[in-house]
Amino acid sequence: MSEQETFEPVIIGFTCNWCSYRAADMAGTARIKYPPNVRLIRLMCSGRLDPTFVLKAFSGGADGVLITGCHPGECHYIEQNYKMLRRYLLLKRVLGGMGIEPDRLKLVWASAAEGVRLANEITKLVEEIRALGPLNWPQWQMGNGHHAMEVSQPEEVTA
Amino acid sequence: MSTNGKPKFAMYWAASCGGCEIAVLNIGEKILDVDANFDVAFWPVAMDAKYKDVEAMPDKSILLTLFNGGIRNKENEEIAHLLRHKSQILVAFGSCASEGCIPGLANLSSTQDIYKTVYHTVSTENPANFEPQYEYEMPEGILYTPEFYPVLKTLDQVVPVDYYMPGCPPESHQIAAVVELVIKVLHGEATLPPAGATIGAGVSTVCDDCPRQRNVKTIKEFVRIQEVNSIDPELCLLEQGIPCNGPATRNGCGALCPTASAQCIGCYGPAEGVLDYGSRLVTAFASVIDSNDPDEINRILDGIPDPVGQFYRFNLAGSLMRAGKPAWQGNGSH
Repeated sequence: MSEQETFEPVIIGFTCNWCSYRAADMAGTARIKYPPNVRLIRLMCSGRLDPTFVLKAFSGGADGVLITGCHPGECHYIEQNYKMLRRYLLLKRVLGGMGIEPDRLKLVWASAAEGVRLANEITKLVEEIRALGPLNWPQWQMGNGHHAMEVSQPEEVTA
Repeated sequence: MSTNGKPKFAMYWAASCGGCEIAVLNIGEKILDVDANFDVAFWPVAMDAKYKDVEAMPDKSILLTLFNGGIRNKENEEIAHLLRHKSQILVAFGSCASEGCIPGLANLSSTQDIYKTVYHTVSTENPANFEPQYEYEMPEGILYTPEFYPVLKTLDQVVPVDYYMPGCPPESHQIAAVVELVIKVLHGEATLPPAGATIGAGVSTVCDDCPRQRNVKTIKEFVRIQEVNSIDPELCLLEQGIPCNGPATRNGCGALCPTASAQCIGCYGPAEGVLDYGSRLVTAFASVIDSNDPDEINRILDGIPDPVGQFYRFNLAGSLMRAGKPAWQGNGSH
């Protein structure tokens, strides 16, 4: 088997207590299957998501991060999901600047009734990340990722 | 203790520009207090000294070492370990040693790209295409140069650090205050702050010290400061669309830049309790954008053409991500 077939991406998923966490719950009770690659973390709102969490996930070795929240206009806290939307769009640019494929970060709106939709989106994301391959950030962080300088043999220098 | 009974002081520069040394000398007549209270044991910029002299000192014999500069090569790392063994108090002095600073931005490039830029671009006259060698045989014997590391590290990524002193460079009045404190401690008139503390700076943000007027922020456009025709001298710069890093930056400088109508670029590093400086700024900037439409938000964000440079100018090496990898598109070296 090639590396791509054996590679199981690790994805950290942030869910909102009022919509997407319940959507994931619903997917569970309805026995809808989705890949086990995503580790869901419940927040009270997508607006609670500090971009630090996303960078912490990537720097700790995650291959992808999923952010989920209520549909625009339906936030339990009025407008916090819009703040998440703006942070998400800016964060993608920051990741791009560091050489990370922006597609490793995904935002999905899912209401409490959309268990099937959430499961489908997770399935799709896992395949997308699998196609991108491992990120393995700790290697870039420690500097072993950038190839060590090859020392060329000194040319003859006349004194 | 040295022969004259005074405690020893050391200052070392690793990968840095030398501005920190100038800032220390810039404390004015207080430098005489340093001389009166300390025996300068090792300070390569100010006086001649050899590494073997430091190696010969007993462990913990230097009371205070100010270490500025990042860890760029093997020599930097060896001296960091050496000074850690010989010093009682090791201070990561200035932005480079505490968080990587400008030299840390090289962590976005591969070693090959750095060498290419340094030795083979038009600004360098190098017709024979020389590059430094780690080992070179001369008639007198083999010459060794220190190995260049693939990423720049901060001092505390290499050795344990007692205190951090931020700033690029630290403001002279802050250095003077720290010197005064250490002298008081020597005379038993004060106690040292808890280990790991940031000294010579505030615990809040630059905004707290900024005299400009602040209102509810609604931003429709980000502009670069050189593109603004006239800057309102009273109003918050961020409210005027100028990307000012004040909201996430530690205070202590006295808000010099915004007072002079230039945006804060973040040289005093993250405010107290902030794990990742750049992501705090992402939060701050994104929250005040006045739009809920993805296309319009993206248009507004186009006003920040280099987000990593904007948010991590001084602390990429000390951030959560620490480095970049070759781009997935464009000029990546893979």
